[in-house]
Amino acid sequence: MRYSIEEKELMFPGHVACPGCGGALAMRLALKALGEKTMVVIPACCWTIIDGPFPIHSLHVPVLHTAFETAAIAASGVKAGLDIQGKEGITVMAWAGDGGTLDIGIQALSGAAERNDDIIYTCYDNEAYMNTGIQRSSATPKGAWTTTTPEKTPKLEPKKNIAEIMIAHRIPYVATATLADPEDLINKFKKAKSIKGTKFIHIFAPCPTGWKMAPDLMIKICRLAVDTKIFPVYECKNGLKYEINIIPNNSIPVTEYLKLQGRFAHLTQKEIQEIQKTVDFEWELLLNRATNVIKFNNKHQS
Amino acid sequence: MKKVITGNHAVSYGAQLARSQVIAAYPITPQTQVVELLSEFCASGKLNAKFIKVESEHSAMSACIAASATGARAFTATSSHGLALMHEMLHWAAGARLPVVLANINRAMGPGWSVWTDQNDSLSQRDLGWIQLYCESNQEVLDTTIQAFRIAEKVLLPVMIVLDAFVLSHTSEPVDIPNQEAVDRFLPPYNLPTKLDLANPRSYGGLTNPDHYYELRYKIQKAHEEALPIIKDVDLEFEKYFGRKYGVVEAYRCEDAKLILVTSGTITGTARVVVDEMRELGRKVGILKQKLFRPTPTEELRSVLYKAQKIAVIDRNISFGHSGVFAQEIKSTLYGLAGAPPIFDYIIGIGGRDVTPSDIREIIENTFKTEAPQEPIIWRGVRL
Repeated sequence: MRYSIEEKELMFPGHVACPGCGGALAMRLALKALGEKTMVVIPACCWTIIDGPFPIHSLHVPVLHTAFETAAIAASGVKAGLDIQGKEGITVMAWAGDGGTLDIGIQALSGAAERNDDIIYTCYDNEAYMNTGIQRSSATPKGAWTTTTPEKTPKLEPKKNIAEIMIAHRIPYVATATLADPEDLINKFKKAKSIKGTKFIHIFAPCPTGWKMAPDLMIKICRLAVDTKIFPVYECKNGLKYEINIIPNNSIPVTEYLKLQGRFAHLTQKEIQEIQKTVDFEWELLLNRATNVIKFNNKHQS
Repeated sequence: MKKVITGNHAVSYGAQLARSQVIAAYPITPQTQVVELLSEFCASGKLNAKFIKVESEHSAMSACIAASATGARAFTATSSHGLALMHEMLHWAAGARLPVVLANINRAMGPGWSVWTDQNDSLSQRDLGWIQLYCESNQEVLDTTIQAFRIAEKVLLPVMIVLDAFVLSHTSEPVDIPNQEAVDRFLPPYNLPTKLDLANPRSYGGLTNPDHYYELRYKIQKAHEEALPIIKDVDLEFEKYFGRKYGVVEAYRCEDAKLILVTSGTITGTARVVVDEMRELGRKVGILKQKLFRPTPTEELRSVLYKAQKIAVIDRNISFGHSGVFAQEIKSTLYGLAGAPPIFDYIIGIGGRDVTPSDIREIIENTFKTEAPQEPIIWRGVRL
């Protein structure tokens, strides 16, 4: 029997992720796709801990830890260092959380994307500063509880749309993925590896600890995030060519996703309806953008 | 080959001759000409390097650290706010024991905005683990840049070359540009002992608990202590190749000096002229130029300074709430020496105000005529 996913493991037991950590499984799958000729740059994030304290190192690839806001440029620096020494064919991947990407690291990320530095930048998004104890980030969805957005004043602002920000840089490849579709996720990393320039992959990475949910629901939450259209799984090449990769099951309302997580337990029916409206609006906007940008581009090309 | 070049271009030639492999830099006055010329060197093929035109100085230092972690020779240049923005990563470079070389053009910090020279930018980075070398002339800037790589790679500490804004950075002087073959012999290709390597997939800079972290810091201090003789050796070896040496400190006309001025950077050059004049008149005054700031050349400072009757430290900087930084350092260096001379701390030239020969003359006269310092710091030329 042939497995659709590489059997070789580049991530070993001994890491210190919490049970049901989306970020841990994401790394395991990403490295299966990228293979051993990979170097990983990790800024401050859960993975600073997950990899293990010195002298433990749970990945079978070299890792350079770096400061919070420097994931992208450190990856660019590694790539430049390797290139000038003639060390070719090595994939350099920055691996950062949502805080390190959407907040403190967005400047260096935008710089690397504008220069089209030849790196893969992965954001594993658990929608808050989980490593420091569940504080809100700009990736935290509207309505969610965190320790800095207590239930009485939950987060009032919508989640920053990082995929669209990166698409606006017109980099060769932007993709989103979840752990409910590992083949899709792995294909995206393989595609990213084959493309020169800046590649950005946004992974939906549930955090049972911070989301106040049972660890064994991690995959189910991913599936529901896709089916409720809360987290669309799509890709975009060169900022123009969109493709929706996983078509959601239209009949599932957002409440099915929200009710499994304690961070949304305080929401009223009215607030849930508002979230439903926003999600439907954003989904339609994405579909419109996807089809119209392609049409516009085709027209312009011909 | 002699060329008339600015201090900034002396840095560029040094970084080029050292065969920098990765350069990452962000423009800031008065540093820009350094990276402009390096860009031209890269574009014309005179230098085979990857030049990452980053979006901030923070990223410039981060890129240098990452490139250095792969074993590449990494270089950047900055000033003032750029250096301050790098602060976090300056810690990182030293903590990671990576031989990154940085040229800092001394410029005052805002507010108010000032592009002119003083030393508060580099001296604010005193305690991070960087070696710091202050230069007096454009020739010294070029030579020190080449030496910096050699030192950094021997001791695995980052090195900062420091030069004054405009007084050196934008002032042209004749500079002997060493030939590449000689520099290549002096500074052979570099092989970092531990680096990012697919064959040996380690993790660098990860979580380090109190069982290990303490010793890592101990080793940085030890490396500084071990660096001092190495820095002197590198200078002597440089002399063998190129016929020039600078010393970690330079005692100028100090033999029988009753008063020794302690200077750094370009104020040294001005002071030399005044001291020569005064010597003509039979006044016994000399200069101790402190080139190496970190590691502190304690014995080298002591052996010259303890013979004087008075010491006047000229600080183009101020550690607010205390005194001039060089004066603090000299006091700490001489502490406990029986009969150590009194130390006068003169603050001058902050924010690029000119330091003229008459300023130095007045400092000398004032120190000669005063028994002991009347106040802990003496501000020269304050206009209130």
